[in-house]
Parts: sequence; C-alpha cells; structure tokens
Amino acid sequence: MSGNMLIMKNVTKTFNRGTVNEKCALREVCLELKKGDFATIVGSNGAGKSTLFNAITGVFYVDKGLILLDGEDITYRKDYARSKIIGHLFQDPLRGTAPHMTIEENMALAYLRSSTEKHAYFSHINSEDKKKFREQLSLLQMGLEDRMKQPVGLLSGGQRQALTLLMATLVTPKILLLDEHTAALDPSTAEKVLQLTKEIVEERQITCLMVTHNMHQALEMGNRTLMMDSGNIILDISGEERKNMTVDGLLEQFAINAGKELDNDRILLSKEE
Amino acid sequence: MGSIMTIGIAQSALELGLIYSLVALALFLSFSILNIADLSTDGCFTLGCAVCAVLTIAGHPVLGLFATMGAGVLSGFVTAFLQTQMGIESILAGIIVNTGLYTINIAVMGFSSNLNLFGCDSIFTWGKEHIGGGFSTLLISAVIVLAVGFLVSLFLNTRLGLSIRATGDNPDMVRASSINTKLMITIGLCLANALTGLSGGLLAQYQRSCDINLGTGMVTIALASLIIGETLIGKGSMRRRILGVILGSCLYRLIVAVALRLNVPPESLKLVSAIIVAAAIALPYLKRQFAFYQTKRASRAENQRFILEIIERDSGDRRSKP
Repeated sequence: MSGNMLIMKNVTKTFNRGTVNEKCALREVCLELKKGDFATIVGSNGAGKSTLFNAITGVFYVDKGLILLDGEDITYRKDYARSKIIGHLFQDPLRGTAPHMTIEENMALAYLRSSTEKHAYFSHINSEDKKKFREQLSLLQMGLEDRMKQPVGLLSGGQRQALTLLMATLVTPKILLLDEHTAALDPSTAEKVLQLTKEIVEERQITCLMVTHNMHQALEMGNRTLMMDSGNIILDISGEERKNMTVDGLLEQFAINAGKELDNDRILLSKEE
Repeated sequence: MGSIMTIGIAQSALELGLIYSLVALALFLSFSILNIADLSTDGCFTLGCAVCAVLTIAGHPVLGLFATMGAGVLSGFVTAFLQTQMGIESILAGIIVNTGLYTINIAVMGFSSNLNLFGCDSIFTWGKEHIGGGFSTLLISAVIVLAVGFLVSLFLNTRLGLSIRATGDNPDMVRASSINTKLMITIGLCLANALTGLSGGLLAQYQRSCDINLGTGMVTIALASLIIGETLIGKGSMRRRILGVILGSCLYRLIVAVALRLNVPPESLKLVSAIIVAAAIALPYLKRQFAFYQTKRASRAENQRFILEIIERDSGDRRSKP
C-alpha cells in the first residue's frame, strides 16, 4: 500500500446538524501520513484537532469521507475493534488507566490487544508476563516495577500518563495519537514523558500524530507540522521548509492562511518559552 | 445470651445467610464490579425459585439447580440486551425485566402463586440421608457457596475477568484497549443473574416451597449483605472481597435472627432490612464526619490560643507605635 499508513479523504463531520448549535467540526479533511511519519498538530481553540483524532479512533462515525489505516478501510469499524491497532493518549492522565486495578492488571489488559486467540481470555497473568511487564516498567525509571501490586489510583498524574504511554505501545500500534498528552503535567514530568515518547516512537518507527499547544514542540518534535483551523488543515510543512520555520513565521503563516490571528490563548502564552 | 441466640437459631441463620450470599455475590458483580444497579434481581430470584421448584416436583432436583442458572443467564441477557443494544438506561432496563418476569414466573409455576415441595427429593433431603447429622444442610450450603465463590474469584483474575472489572472502573480505557464494553456488560450481567437464580433455586429446596412474592425486596437485602461485608472486611484482593460478601450475608441473617428473638414482629422485617441497609451505607460517611468533628474539636482550643496571641501581638504593636 504505497508506504502510506494513514489516508483520510474528504472526511467531514457536523455536530448538532439542523439545530442552532450546528457545528462543522471537520470539513473535507484530507491527510496522508507515510509509515514512520511523526506529525505535530497546532491550531486555534475548536479547530477540530481532537475531533480529527476521534474520527480516527471511532468515537463517532464520520458523515462523509474515507479513512484507511495501513490499507484497511476503518471508516465504519467499531471503536473497540480499531483500538487493536491504534494507540490513543488523552490530556487527562486519568482516562487511560483503571484506578482500582493494580499496575500489573492494567498492563495485562493492554497486553490483551496482542492476543487474538480466544482461549487467551481465560488465561491468568503468568510469571513470564510479570517478568515482561517488570522489564517494560523499569524503562520508565519511576520505580513502578516495584509497585506492580498497587492500585493505579495511588500513582501521580505523571506516573499514570507514563504508564498509559507504555500500555498504548506495549503492542506496537499502527498509529499513535497523542492529544496534548503532557499538557496537564508539571513541567519536569511533562519533559520526561515527552522524552519517553520520542524514544519509543523513534525506536519502533511508530507513525504518530501529536496535538500540542507549544509552538516550539510543534517545530522540534517529529518530521511534519500541521496547522488546523475551523475544521480544515490549513498548513502542512516538512523537510527544509519546516527546518527554516520559526515560531513567529508559523504564527504569520496562520494569519495568512486562516485570514485571522491565532486565538489559542495557551499557544500565545507558551510562545515565549 | 442463651435467650437471644440458641445454636439452632444461629445455625438456620447461617444456612439462610449462605444461600442468600449468592445474591449478594451477584450484586457484587453487577453493582461493585460493573457499576450497574441491576434491579431485575428481585424477579430473577423468584424465577430461579420457580424453575427449581417445578423441576424438583418433577423429580429432578440437581437438574433443577443447573436450570436456575440457565434461567438466570437468560434473564441477565435480556437486561443486558436492553441496555447495550436498545439504548435503555441500565436502571430502567432492570425495572422493565423485573416487571416482565412477574408474569413469566407465574407462568413457570403453572399459573399458581404458590408451589409446595413437601415430600419431594432435594439436595438437602439427599444430604440428610447420606451425610446425616444435624449439620448436613449447613455443610451442603457451605460447600456450594464456597465453590461458587472460589470459581468467581478465579474467573475475575482471568483476562476476561480483568476486562469486565476494567469496564466498571474506566470504560474509556477499556475501549482504548480493544475490549468490547457491551460484550463485557452482557457477560457480567449473565453471570451475576445466574448466581441470583441459583440462590433462588437453593432457597426453594431449602424451605420446600415457592411463592410468587418471594423475591420482593431481595435487592435491598443483598445490598445490605454486600455493604456489611465490604465495610467489615474491607477492600483488598478479589478473594478477600468475595469472602467478605459471603460473611456479610451470614452476619445480616444473624442480625435479623436476633431482631426476631427480640420480639420484633415478622411483618416489620422489611423495615428492619431497609434500616440496616441505610445504616450500613451511611456508616463509612458518618465515620468520616465524626473524625472530622474530632479534628475540629481537638484543634479548636489551640487555634483559639493562637487567635488570642495574634490579637495581643497586634494590640501590642499598636501600643508600641508612637
């Protein structure tokens, strides 16, 4: 399949159609990601960044358009069936783990994605699994490997997000979607989780989309930068053009392409970092 | 003490506690694990009772007990189907099934509201003949309940069991782990209702009769047992929690037995149950409130002294200023 991991063609989604609250969240969005592409996405408030992710993961079905993942048509596939091949991290670190279950049990659930055999559902966590989970956890360097029997609810937000990242990539996904996954963490933890993300994605050549409000991150991480505004992708840069791009240049481009100033307050606040 | 509690009364309270503990286990699965209030419990309990009674009268007591589980699975499946495929709220789905089951239960009982099992063979009469002694009934109930409890705890630690637990804990995460939440809810409710049905079946054989109104209020009673168990034994491993539920049910029956011995009229039993449930659920909250009250009281004297010191210092400052 021509080296493309994700192909979105004319993807359109309107919420509350026919009411005063009608909102066109995605307008004929077209996007192609090559295998191993790591694209960052920036955009104004309500530009459709999270909606784009939700369309890919299947939180809702799109009104129009085609979504191909690694050559497979997933446009109308059920969400849980897609998540076998998609990793998804949210801004809220509490969304990715089950708080009343132990670290070990959470890892076991993530590992379920790899097993297709029916009998695996009746298997218990064996010592071989435990060893594997321990090794993986020790990569985080957070001491979680010694707390495998503790409920996840006792961990800090940063630890939970790092664990979620580990779980999302325990079985290498075809695409990894990161929705401002470090935005709710304190700066040093955010840095650590980001570093971890970089390592995992690079090491395993995972195709990745990352929403961020940090313009520097948007230009530094990965190999492509996308900008979104009112349901459209208004800028897509990579290679030389991206290398020579500055934060101010990016804001300028936005103003030209969108016909207005960028109105994401958090982006503007993080501009001077 | 002898006047309040005799060995005979304690024994029958334990027997009932063990039999009813299966309903408490069912609610443990639906209410504590899946986070769904399954209000079809009352009807499902009577269904189990009716199915078992009919088959026991026909001379198949053991088959009857297995059939109760099958009937429970069916009932649970309908409840789950209504909420996962028909978009009906879980509480409403339970109430709807509960209402419908009344007619079905009467039909199962041959359109009579009462069945009598006197003189029929049951696993308890079998126990009296083959095991003997006054404790055979207690022994049989204990073996069945402990075996079921063991199997349930084993199941909840399989990957499928973990998936069901995660569904009640964080559905977002479960969907992102490629697990079908609707399927998990269906499996969980089928299993829970199988236990409810089995409990009803055991009760039919135990008290050698079946009545259409037998299940009324069962959900409250089971909830009381569940909460007594969770409050006393606390949380921890699955095995410990399940054991807590079973002990909670036994304790509940002992409390009821004591209440009856204290000349509480049997008609007021439902009121007593309701009060016990309310008290058991409120207890952890009241404990916290009490702890807070104590902290507040303990620090009041000291804080008052601080305030006085601050006032004194301030007025001293003012005085020293020219």
